[in-house]
Amino acid sequence: MPNSSRDLSRWSFPTITPRYIGTLGVALPLSLLLICSFVAALPRYRPRPATLSETGLYSDISKKTIVPSNLMYSPQYPLWSDGAKKKRWIYIPPGHTIDAKDPDDWVFPVGTKLWKEFSFGKRVETRFLEKVDERTWAYATYAWKEDGSDAVLVPQEGFPNHVEIAPGVRHDIPGIDGCRACHDGQGRDVVLGFNALQLSPDRDPNAPHAEPFIHGMINVKDLAEKNLLAFFPARLLSRPPVIEADSPLERAALGYLSGNCGGCHNTTDPLSSVGMFLKRSVNRSPGAMAKELESVIGHRSKYQIPGLGAGDSYRIYPGHPEQSSVVFRVSSRNPYRQMPPLGTKIVDTLAVDLITRWIEEDQNTRKETAHFIHY
Amino acid sequence: MQHVGRFAATLAVSCVILSLGLSLADGKDKSNTKLVKRGEYLVKSVGCGDCHTPWKMGPKGPEQDMSRLLSGHPQDMVMPAPPISSPGPWMGSFASTFTAWSGPWGVSFTRNLTPDKETGLGDWTEQNFIATIRTGKRMGKGRDLLPPMPWPAFKNMEDEDLKAIFAYLRSIPAIKNSVPEPIPPAGQPGNEK
Repeated sequence: MPNSSRDLSRWSFPTITPRYIGTLGVALPLSLLLICSFVAALPRYRPRPATLSETGLYSDISKKTIVPSNLMYSPQYPLWSDGAKKKRWIYIPPGHTIDAKDPDDWVFPVGTKLWKEFSFGKRVETRFLEKVDERTWAYATYAWKEDGSDAVLVPQEGFPNHVEIAPGVRHDIPGIDGCRACHDGQGRDVVLGFNALQLSPDRDPNAPHAEPFIHGMINVKDLAEKNLLAFFPARLLSRPPVIEADSPLERAALGYLSGNCGGCHNTTDPLSSVGMFLKRSVNRSPGAMAKELESVIGHRSKYQIPGLGAGDSYRIYPGHPEQSSVVFRVSSRNPYRQMPPLGTKIVDTLAVDLITRWIEEDQNTRKETAHFIHY
Repeated sequence: MQHVGRFAATLAVSCVILSLGLSLADGKDKSNTKLVKRGEYLVKSVGCGDCHTPWKMGPKGPEQDMSRLLSGHPQDMVMPAPPISSPGPWMGSFASTFTAWSGPWGVSFTRNLTPDKETGLGDWTEQNFIATIRTGKRMGKGRDLLPPMPWPAFKNMEDEDLKAIFAYLRSIPAIKNSVPEPIPPAGQPGNEK
């Protein structure tokens, strides 16, 4: 028979002693600190604002007045989006800077926001990126209302075939998965089109579809002057970054490929396993860059161009665009063949012409000396 | 005498390092063998071979051609245009090999999953494979995977299971077999005729 009074006394409330209070005084704050650090380390899945006007882009959306701290920019080699007119803005929280130590791969402070507006005759959608903690970017897309008064949050699956942009061609507004397919995993951070090369004051006059650099737009020099860049190499301020090329045609072609294909085809993306590197760097040695070019020029293509014999397809075959799978796939909008594989339904004929001329004219003189790589 | 002592000590240390290295390598081998076995079990259980290994007619009826294990639609089997499906509940048709499928998406051919570098998954990483199954896009970023690939079901697998499947696919014999690219539905770009 257990002694119940003795059992109860074992579980009686502890006697409050100075030592007990002292222990509690240390243990409680420590536990609280531990819990707080754990919660802080969790990725934050903040719900996205229901309307664009709530994201902080406009001070007055009815007049389309942009908040002055949102800086307008325009990459010199823009991504082809079926002829959409695009406008872009970035917001860097006050007192914070972009870690620009690697000029190809910037790291943005928590609180950074970016917007990109797409218009086909009228505003159709605005995409919104926000860095909510050190490891998490929140994605959202907003579809503009018919009357243009505001734009509303698009559901996770996006709005496929949202609006007709050419006879029989309808524009898709991407959902979050569509955003992630391009942005995730391409570098230390997820932002595309905002780096030293794209924002160089020495803009390529032959870049296809580049918007004119207008008053109010920012470039690398402006960012440095506003103290928004940390650790940015001084040499790139005294000599703005440009693509090293043998001719203006080559500069424009390599720039286009960098801006349109380099987001996936680079050395840091999981797709680097394909071994095709089209992102042009301003930070690597000429030898390393030449090696990257060899991954494309004179490199046999795993993709076989229909109608050609086995082994006759190359990624780029100097002098022969018809044997260059890059040209073939960029020229196609067969959804199972086209490059890029998403985000476009209309061929960029200006770019096809540019790349074709580069391969025919510029590359033709080099085909005798090109270093051919086979499997 | 001093030299002999030094030699013996060096030898002893080398032996310890070597045996440590060997036992670590052995441990890694054993763990990889376990992973491959698990992958084989999963591949056989979920039926990857039903579509990725061509079928042939055997003495007891259709059977998988194990000499072409998981090598996808045979490159020498050029398919004619698919039959036009009649209106009604029938939606598609498939080849006798179970490697070519026709439906509203066009014609899809099952992929070569062997580690052949030129025509299979030889240059894929584990990360590429997992991204493909998770997103339903080639390597997580390319074109959409097409029916009848049941990726919406497979995407629910744990990472460890997908890693095991990939480890098994890396362990099977590489077969050079260039699978044709999919054909879009009639009237769409790439199939205008």
